[in-house]
Amino acid sequence: MTTRLVGQDSSDRGRISVDSETNTTLAVNDLKVHFPISSGFLIRRQTGAVKAVDGVSFDVARGETLGLVGESGSGKTTTGRAILQLQRPTSGSVQFRGVELTAVSAKQMRPFRSEMQIIFQDPYGSLNPRMSAGQIVGEPLTVHGLAGDKNQRRDRVAELLERVGMNPAMIGRYPHEFSGGQRQRIGIARALAGEPSFIVCDEPVSALDVSIQAQILNLLTDLQAEFNISYLFIAHDLSVVRHISDRVAVMYLGKIMELASSEDLYENPTHPYTRALMSAVPIPDPILERRRERIVLAGDIPSPINPPSGCVFRTRCPIATEECAEVVPELIDRGNRHQVACIKV
Amino acid sequence: MTPDLPTAKAGSTHLLEVRNLATRFATAGGYVQAVDGVSFHIDEGEILGLVGESGCGKSVTSLSVMRLIPNPPGEITDGQVLFEGTDLRQISEQEMRRVRGGSIGMIFQEPMTSLNPVLTIGRQITEAFEIHLDLKGRAARDRAVEILNRVGLPDPSKKFDDYPHQLSGGQRQRAMIAMAISCNPRLLIADEATTALDVTIQAQILELLQSLCDEFKMALLIITHNLGVVARYAQRVAVMYAGKIIESGTADEIYADPQHPYTTGLLNSVPRLDASARDRLESIEGEIPDLANLPAGCAFEPRCRWAVDRCGIESPVQIPVRSSQGRLAEGTVHQVACWESENIAVGTALEKQPS
Repeated sequence: MTTRLVGQDSSDRGRISVDSETNTTLAVNDLKVHFPISSGFLIRRQTGAVKAVDGVSFDVARGETLGLVGESGSGKTTTGRAILQLQRPTSGSVQFRGVELTAVSAKQMRPFRSEMQIIFQDPYGSLNPRMSAGQIVGEPLTVHGLAGDKNQRRDRVAELLERVGMNPAMIGRYPHEFSGGQRQRIGIARALAGEPSFIVCDEPVSALDVSIQAQILNLLTDLQAEFNISYLFIAHDLSVVRHISDRVAVMYLGKIMELASSEDLYENPTHPYTRALMSAVPIPDPILERRRERIVLAGDIPSPINPPSGCVFRTRCPIATEECAEVVPELIDRGNRHQVACIKV
Repeated sequence: MTPDLPTAKAGSTHLLEVRNLATRFATAGGYVQAVDGVSFHIDEGEILGLVGESGCGKSVTSLSVMRLIPNPPGEITDGQVLFEGTDLRQISEQEMRRVRGGSIGMIFQEPMTSLNPVLTIGRQITEAFEIHLDLKGRAARDRAVEILNRVGLPDPSKKFDDYPHQLSGGQRQRAMIAMAISCNPRLLIADEATTALDVTIQAQILELLQSLCDEFKMALLIITHNLGVVARYAQRVAVMYAGKIIESGTADEIYADPQHPYTTGLLNSVPRLDASARDRLESIEGEIPDLANLPAGCAFEPRCRWAVDRCGIESPVQIPVRSSQGRLAEGTVHQVACWESENIAVGTALEKQPS
């Protein structure tokens, strides 16, 4: 893969050439996002930091889905936002098709905004209530200059709505007239309008009912196959992540604990946190459930302001020893691209 | 397990028996029948799962049992709620207040709405002791700390003096559970109690509730949309759709041999942790119906691929499920409300052509 440093040579022309040869859509290396905490009256000074994301590395191939699972506060949403530069990372590198995004100015970021899209969790909060479905889906076309005249724009919006399973006749309706599932479809159509090659799906189905959830998951799978889009699929529901992902990364307190192919991770979970997480997810089969091992973790996730020393999971880990407080475990490849960050297994 | 026999006398042999419950709400567009003739029962020490998607009436059912339906606009129009043989619909409000938080406890999804923000956690628990157990002062405090410890709250004697905002989401949920179980309820209603929690915390809390059922013969009504949680913990299951129970039976029967097309659809549409990735999910087409505007006949008919003409006209009644030999298995509790269920089971039903 060729790495191109940008910003210097392309100067004021703004447009940055991307590397279209490589098969890696996204490469994230040692990404850190720390939110400063300041205190003091009159003289404010930084007294600490919330280490929301603390050294995360992974890549996403073209047309691939990488699942990012973890509990609340594990930093999965912040990772997604930092990749899109919606939240500028504290350090580390984010390369999108060979371009280092952390070095790109806000203005230079514009062309990437259409190529990198996001679908949000809350289908109620993520659509402007004062805009019709047509305006919502049409806006990216105007912003990125993707539609010619008014008629072309309207045709394209109708086509996009139809593609996500909506009746194009609903083009003039407003968000409150739609159900949660329909709103999520509008959000997907809006993301598709930019003709993206990469979409961050941030908990896209967790607010939906199960029967609707399946419709949206199938739609996302179909769109990926049709347009060869890469997904970063962020969710707390392990069953959903297993279903949709090619590879899965398990996050805990801002760090990746385990990263493997979907099949490998679920058949052969290695990290004690992954094992506990899996055993906590009930399977809709009572006969199977009676035979399953249940690992119940004690306590809560520690505060990211003051994470435990060494391995961040050690305070809840059933197999932790004194050594775990000393050594920060590295994410090491155990073969077959199965990476685990644990010194005990 | 006791077979589901109709009892002739006004009382009931079950801890809780709900018969033909109906609750409606007055809206600008007319009455909305949120619960429409729901019957179920739950025995001592038993865990019953009431499952369904949003708007199916599962929460209204539990609020009706507790007589917590705001009136107006809500109104329980029919049915009996027999708890330890007494119809809760007939007793006075004062007597009902002794039942709530006393012999029936309830926990909700959002702990902040059930906790008073200006009272300490400890005060909210000891308040229940004064009302229901006549326990005060030091004794009340000791008992409250013991219960907080029991629900897995770290450092319980300190947490006793904390206010709700000082606790994390999972801790608040555990504080609320402590309140609900503090007076040793005979029945605990958990309405989506673990839905907002992380899976590891959800597992902690459900394991705790299950141990209370085993230890104190407490009955537990789990109301949830999570089919996995029900499969893991419930002995019996009732599936709701548009205000009605459309299928009920033991967990093994429902999951291994679902009879109603909606139950089958629901089970096929959830991604499973143990299923290989990338199998296409079988989704149920269409949307959940608007309760103010229900179709005539079976409410699932517009989304059902097995629907016949009769389904659009006549509302199906619950019938016992027959085995493949056409016999009723002895002591069966499996019931389904579907006109075509027997044809679907033996493979003689005709699939509707997609329009």
